[in-house]
Amino acid sequence: MSWIDKFKSKAGIGKKIPKPTPNWVECKRCKEQLYPIDLEENLSVCPKCDFHFRINSRERVGQLLNPGSFIEHDANLVSNDPLKFKDIKRYKDRLKTATRDNPVKDAILCGTGMIGEHHVEICVFQFKFMGGSMGSVVGEKITRAIERAINEKHAMIIVNCSGGARMQEGIFSLMQMAKTSSALNRLSENSLPYISILTDPTTGGVSASFAFLGDIILSEPGATVGFAGKRVIEQTIKQKLPEGFQTAEFLLEHGLIDQVVHRHELRQMLNHHLSLLKDTPLEALRS
Amino acid sequence: MQQILEFEREIYAVENQIRELVSLSHMYEGVGDITHEIAKLKKKLRHKKRDVFNGLSGWQKTQVARHPSRPYTLDYIQYLFRGFTELHGDRHGGYGPSVIGGFAKFDQRSLMIIGHQKGRDMQDKIKRNFGMSQPAGYRKALRLMRLAEKFNIPVVTLIDTPGAYPGIDAEEKGQSEAIARNLQVMASLKVPLISIVIGEGGSGGALAIGMGNRVMMLEHAIYSVISPEGCASILWDNQKKVTTAAEALCMTAQDLLQHKVIDNIIPEPLGGAHRNHKRAAILLKKALRPHLNELAEKNPDELIEQREQKFRSLGVFMEEEG
Repeated sequence: MSWIDKFKSKAGIGKKIPKPTPNWVECKRCKEQLYPIDLEENLSVCPKCDFHFRINSRERVGQLLNPGSFIEHDANLVSNDPLKFKDIKRYKDRLKTATRDNPVKDAILCGTGMIGEHHVEICVFQFKFMGGSMGSVVGEKITRAIERAINEKHAMIIVNCSGGARMQEGIFSLMQMAKTSSALNRLSENSLPYISILTDPTTGGVSASFAFLGDIILSEPGATVGFAGKRVIEQTIKQKLPEGFQTAEFLLEHGLIDQVVHRHELRQMLNHHLSLLKDTPLEALRS
Repeated sequence: MQQILEFEREIYAVENQIRELVSLSHMYEGVGDITHEIAKLKKKLRHKKRDVFNGLSGWQKTQVARHPSRPYTLDYIQYLFRGFTELHGDRHGGYGPSVIGGFAKFDQRSLMIIGHQKGRDMQDKIKRNFGMSQPAGYRKALRLMRLAEKFNIPVVTLIDTPGAYPGIDAEEKGQSEAIARNLQVMASLKVPLISIVIGEGGSGGALAIGMGNRVMMLEHAIYSVISPEGCASILWDNQKKVTTAAEALCMTAQDLLQHKVIDNIIPEPLGGAHRNHKRAAILLKKALRPHLNELAEKNPDELIEQREQKFRSLGVFMEEEG
């Protein structure tokens, strides 16, 4: 170390000053600088370009349910690493980090609540928990929610936001697709409504099971939705993918979903659909 | 051309030795009695095969499961069933050549057979899209399951696919929906459903015909949520980690039986099914028969209930103190 470096280090010159909490959030699409409080008030949608930010599960529940109506269930289900999986990190450590950084103990938040006059069982993915990936805990929590819906005669709502099955639980993750779909079959036999909401992203094993089994399937604008990842498709067919491929709008055009719904209208639309499915008197629809 | 896997080399070497000795004994009277010598070599060969094939790693199993000479669905159909007549099309504008299906007789019973088909020569492989099905293949499978249900005929599915096809058209036609719908319908199927992984059980594309009352795997088959290549490139960011990934994923029949994800393992001929298709088919037949007989006794509600419970119980987790 030269004398000038020594001097600098003693004087604290050039030392990284810890960043202050960022006051501004940049819109991923239009690059507009947004004030976090404004953004949250706008339901985490960019006021300038309508880009829908990914939001965490509790924020979503707050946006969709009647205030104070949410009762969480199965909050303490956790993975116990059935395969003792280790890649460049141990799965156990990944879980620890994710649990520390998230308000839920796995990639989904489940509970009972109200939308308007309707009782619902709702499951909301937490994307920041390992990419919203589905392992045994996610599969079990969804299945239990469906079973509760059957027992209580509630409607079922799943807000999807997931890269797909969780590789670290291997075949168990794959089997959650079978387990949840089987439970949804019972729900269907009981003529209870299930509305699936696709948000950015909904892909892989989540997309190829409950996400596409909704009686009504809604998607947020611009969400990436598909079975295979874009990179996998490009590598397989050795072509660039067309603009807008695998977006909510693309899916609507191809007859795969019912509606693209702006986040501002989502709660109202859910209420509307539930009222229509439950044969509520017309006056109730207008309110 | 025959493909010889690295770990099979010594087996082939001993086989060649035997072949040479046999032809030598035919050519020259004067070599004397070498039957003893040949018998010794044959014994060595059996031991060699047993040693190698009992100790295969996850990645080696993957190579066996993908072996180009391995029996495919149509090979099993040829040896196991009588009067198989292929039925085509999903009735929604799709042909779906990667999945085949139709009614046939097994013993005295009618069955619906549905399976992935990979294709043997290059032209066939391309036609079959290497066993990677488009949505049409799954929708055809669904149609055929429903058809079997209507006539109260049990369904047997043979699974052998790298996975559902990842392509633009597959996405446009709703690959996700096709797989998801099959899962829901299999859960409600009123007839016995037996699923057997005969080679590669590639993720959702495999499960899409795999929700059986019984799920079995051939001894050297694999079944996984993702291919070892895919897993290595995502989690290790390194294609060279396939062997590590194959091990970590616990994708062999033995792993899955241990984790109680499958019901049993169907033995293969010594040295792998690719060495003797007919023998592999006979072993499969032996394993299939008792399960079919057992399930044939059950009524629709029992079948649905049993299938539902089976998949309901899959998953490992714990409940922490609140």
